Amino acid sequence: MLGAAVIVFRETLEAALIIGILAAATAGTPHRAKWLSGGVAAGILGAVMLALGAEQIGEVADGIGQELMNAGILGIAVAMLAWHNIWMSRHGAQLAREAKQLGRDVKSGATDMASVAVVVAMAVLREGSETVLFLYGLIAGSETTVASTLAGTALGIGAGAFAGVALYAGFVRIPARWFFSATSALILLLAAAMAGQMARFLVQAGLLPSLATPLWDSSALLPTQSPVGAVLHVLVGYEATPSGMQVTFYSAVLVAILLGMRWAQRLPVSPRPSS
Amino acid sequence: MRIPALTLLLILSIPGFAPAPVSAADHEARLLIRDHRFEPAELKVPANAKVRLVVRNEDTTPEEFESHELNREKVIPGKSQAVIFVGPLAPGRYPFFGEFHEATARGVLVAE
Repeated sequence: MLGAAVIVFRETLEAALIIGILAAATAGTPHRAKWLSGGVAAGILGAVMLALGAEQIGEVADGIGQELMNAGILGIAVAMLAWHNIWMSRHGAQLAREAKQLGRDVKSGATDMASVAVVVAMAVLREGSETVLFLYGLIAGSETTVASTLAGTALGIGAGAFAGVALYAGFVRIPARWFFSATSALILLLAAAMAGQMARFLVQAGLLPSLATPLWDSSALLPTQSPVGAVLHVLVGYEATPSGMQVTFYSAVLVAILLGMRWAQRLPVSPRPSS
Repeated sequence: MRIPALTLLLILSIPGFAPAPVSAADHEARLLIRDHRFEPAELKVPANAKVRLVVRNEDTTPEEFESHELNREKVIPGKSQAVIFVGPLAPGRYPFFGEFHEATARGVLVAE
């Protein structure tokens, strides 16, 4: 049971932390809970379908279908996070000025929430499909009883969700003055981290050169699989032994989103309809 | 807009953004998963070369090939095979394991 719990926790943690950040960043948006839970539900559904088709997907493109799928999922998530951050840098300052952080106008808020829900779905999809495969293997291999596997799964998901809630609780305590900068900085790093992971899959598939393997090795100082390393891996994209290509993708996305945010801030802000 | 243009130029000057030919793997190595164990448990590959690692899972249950040292992870469904590209590696030992059966599925890639 504990074995299942540990692995499910490891897979859940990443998605839970991402959801925690996004829930904090969208605090006060109308129908937020509906969008976020819709994203989770879509992600779980997709994860089961992905797990069912794992064998077929794996055989696509001479055995690198899984990497292509993962890179695609991450690519969509990066694009949505970029859109969210650029949108927020245009509207966030204005909302803060009007002290209306907790009440965006419904229409533009909905477009933004849709992009956030897609990111949630992608995060659950990616981590979830591996969890489904693992659990299927446990039960099909009759290594443990179904009851003990289910108990372990519940424990793992519970612990992962707790980490996400804790992160969320910490974030919403940030004073309003710092709130926008804090959440947009974290989402910026999250997008860069996902771009780095995307590069890892493309290198693993042999589609891109690694440039350097690794570019540095800080595994003696802080291994990626240590608790602190794992959390930093999700939040800011920390890797103890990244390839040169990962660092390149990470930096490029970081700079591109920053430029987009600066550009959006300079656009004239249209007068808001009174609501 | 002078600063963004300069930044863009800097990004383009990063080696990865210049079109680089992706060479086919110089070497192929094969690994088997049977009864939640890797065969062979120690696999020699050439150092400083890109290696196409073919992992065949003969078990009926899925396994996840994972290595922190190689920075690789990949799920391999039961009764199927997967391809993982690694390297070019500096000479040394790179442990890997099967995350779904960590107690028994352990091995090491030796680059020399």
